[in-house]
Amino acid sequence: MSKGEKCSCGDDEKGLLERLEEIIVSFKNKPGALIPVLQATQSLFGYVPQEAILKISEMLNEPLHKVHGVITFYSFFSLKPRGKYLIRVCLGTACYVQGANEILTALKQQLSIEIGETTTDKLFTLDVGRCFGACGLAPIIMVNDDVHQFVKPSGVKKILGAYKKHKAVNQEEET
Amino acid sequence: MMDINKHMHFVKNSAELDALRNALLKSKEYNSEKVFVCAGGGCIASGSMKVKDAFISQLATNGLGEKLSVMETGCLGPCAVGPIVVIGKDDTFYQKVRVQDVKDIVEKHLMGGKVVENLLHPVEEIKVSKKSELPFFKNQDKQVLRNCGKIDPTKIADYIAVGGYQALSKVLSTMTGEQVVQEVSISGLRGRGGAGFPTGTKWGFARKSQDETKYILCNADEGDPGAFMDRSILEGDPHSIIEGMIIGAFAIGSSQGYVYVRAEYPLAVERLQIAIDQARTFGLIGPNILGTGFNFDLEIRKGSGAFVCGEETALITSIEGNRGEPRPRPPFPAVKGLWNKPTVLNNVETFSNIPLLINEGGAQYAEKGTEKSKGTKIFALAGTVKISGLVEVAVGTPLRKLVYDIGGGISSGKKYKAAQIGGPSGGCIPAEHLDVPLDYEALNKLGAIMGSGGLIVMDESSCMVDVARFFLEFVQDESCGKCVPCREGIVRMKQIVDRICDGKGEMKDLDELEALAKTVTHASLCGLGQTAPNPVLSTLRHFREEYIEHISDKKCRTAVCKELIVFKILDVCNGCQACKKVCPVHAIHGEKKLHHTIDEAECIRCGLCLSTCKFDAIVKY
Repeated sequence: MSKGEKCSCGDDEKGLLERLEEIIVSFKNKPGALIPVLQATQSLFGYVPQEAILKISEMLNEPLHKVHGVITFYSFFSLKPRGKYLIRVCLGTACYVQGANEILTALKQQLSIEIGETTTDKLFTLDVGRCFGACGLAPIIMVNDDVHQFVKPSGVKKILGAYKKHKAVNQEEET
Repeated sequence: MMDINKHMHFVKNSAELDALRNALLKSKEYNSEKVFVCAGGGCIASGSMKVKDAFISQLATNGLGEKLSVMETGCLGPCAVGPIVVIGKDDTFYQKVRVQDVKDIVEKHLMGGKVVENLLHPVEEIKVSKKSELPFFKNQDKQVLRNCGKIDPTKIADYIAVGGYQALSKVLSTMTGEQVVQEVSISGLRGRGGAGFPTGTKWGFARKSQDETKYILCNADEGDPGAFMDRSILEGDPHSIIEGMIIGAFAIGSSQGYVYVRAEYPLAVERLQIAIDQARTFGLIGPNILGTGFNFDLEIRKGSGAFVCGEETALITSIEGNRGEPRPRPPFPAVKGLWNKPTVLNNVETFSNIPLLINEGGAQYAEKGTEKSKGTKIFALAGTVKISGLVEVAVGTPLRKLVYDIGGGISSGKKYKAAQIGGPSGGCIPAEHLDVPLDYEALNKLGAIMGSGGLIVMDESSCMVDVARFFLEFVQDESCGKCVPCREGIVRMKQIVDRICDGKGEMKDLDELEALAKTVTHASLCGLGQTAPNPVLSTLRHFREEYIEHISDKKCRTAVCKELIVFKILDVCNGCQACKKVCPVHAIHGEKKLHHTIDEAECIRCGLCLSTCKFDAIVKY
């Protein structure tokens, strides 16, 4: 966090931090609590903010370097906020031999981002996965928890379009 | 018909369990006609839940809601043709069922008695209606998957009705821990996670330890790309895993277990949690199970996306709340495992075998399979086969039978090239070895491994050098970085293969690859590193000529390796300029309505022109 910048957690996140405290308390005396607590944090915030790391370290009495080390070891934890939709292109063997790389290229072109990046409108984050166990439907991509099967590079635009539209509709409803 | 509700409660002893089973078997729900809708991960992704809802409302509309019930079942197997619906009374198998097809099935078939032909699965142009007569099912031997497709995985009553927890009851009331270990040893069951270590021996080691606290762990961190056997058992028959684990715990003298499930399987976690909660409500997990004084509790621990955690010591380190890095062995987990206590760790499929072998007896179980490998094995058949999905066959079944008789042959119309077995630790089986029996020893001889059961079939359009590169990239990403041979050796190997794929390889690279592979194999700390060179070694052994082509002819015969591809515009080009507009480096030249050309020197081989052209005027070779 650079100087002068507000706390990376907005007002909403203050409430989430309180919720996190409750979660940490519920895990406190369990052996090996760090990872389940981090998983809860990731799903609560969509990433693991610095404030949460400090809180977890303090309340679970784990050194900061260990908490950070665990976060960076596992691919499910992210230190940066992710987009509303996390797109994961399966690069497992079955998907790979059925052309998953071409789908990845098409997504990079469509979104103008590389793997691990988020679009400027914070709508999409692009990532890759190593087999989601749906090899019978290869090649597949996952957008959050939705599975899209038998994807073709030419069909990528349509898939993205559906999520963009969904977002637009939601915004209209909100205003 | 009996009222089953008075039996649906905490089960105090074996007699009550038997009474519950008998009541269930006589119940109205169990005996009603059923429509089975596959709720495996694949079919759900294809929309099977909407189909299920459509069936419920359509049956109600037609006044059949009372007579017929709709059951969500675990994975039926042929994921590629989902959503799948099976009509219970006559075993009709419907594929690719959409919501709009439901009305037809209900009115024409269930009411009118006529099979809806356009939803049947065609076998060489002939439509076969019965599931049991389809080659995909007929050629299998479903033992571990016995309940998948027959029961609702979210209902413990369904599992109990088909004989579930009978093995547990038998073990707790009539056997000692020592006898259980013996029975498992007699069965010849070997670990289904890949290494094939005899399960009975492993349990025996842990049983001998005098420590008061011991743990039993289930490895459900199914990370091999192309493998989804464990996922299907977790989602389709979770109680069989729980029952196997309780029996294992009793055998070694443990009272606490953990199931480590990978985070990529949210549905598996959900169904397993439901199953654990139900087992606890029925008193099959918890204190004093079936009144025998045996206590056991079970918890789920979710993975967080690290492939190496499928390695047993890394998995243990991860449950303890650390970075999932492996530890040196010995001490083996059976001596010093989770929190330094004796620990048994088995794979999902291994545990699922336990109730089966206890019920039928170890000797009977050992009737199936080969001399050294007993029982059945589940394979996740995928790639370019006509019907991909989950299949179970006796150990030792020839590969050809899986690819052709069960999988229906190659889907693309091209020739079979290789099957990749065992994921990043395994190898490729070329066409001349299609008749290899699928057992631990025979596959090892060919440089592949049984592995956990991922089996990817590839046709002639796959480049074997690229496949080797794919697996190197995978293990390079997933190496935990703890030991140097794996961390550095794999990177160097990948650099060499990259060079070959880019057309910059030299013949001496092949020797260097083999030398590096040897070092990584012998000097790495854990199984991930020790087996990481296998895909390279196996492709070098069976497809060496392809490596040589890349090096000396600068040619990739499959046009997969980007740097070696040439794009060309054919005479049919009508000069529409679509390709010219999308080319990011302006390498395409030509006037409107005139034939275009690609400047090979400028071309970056992105392939955008090829995917843009609507007239099939662009080819790559």
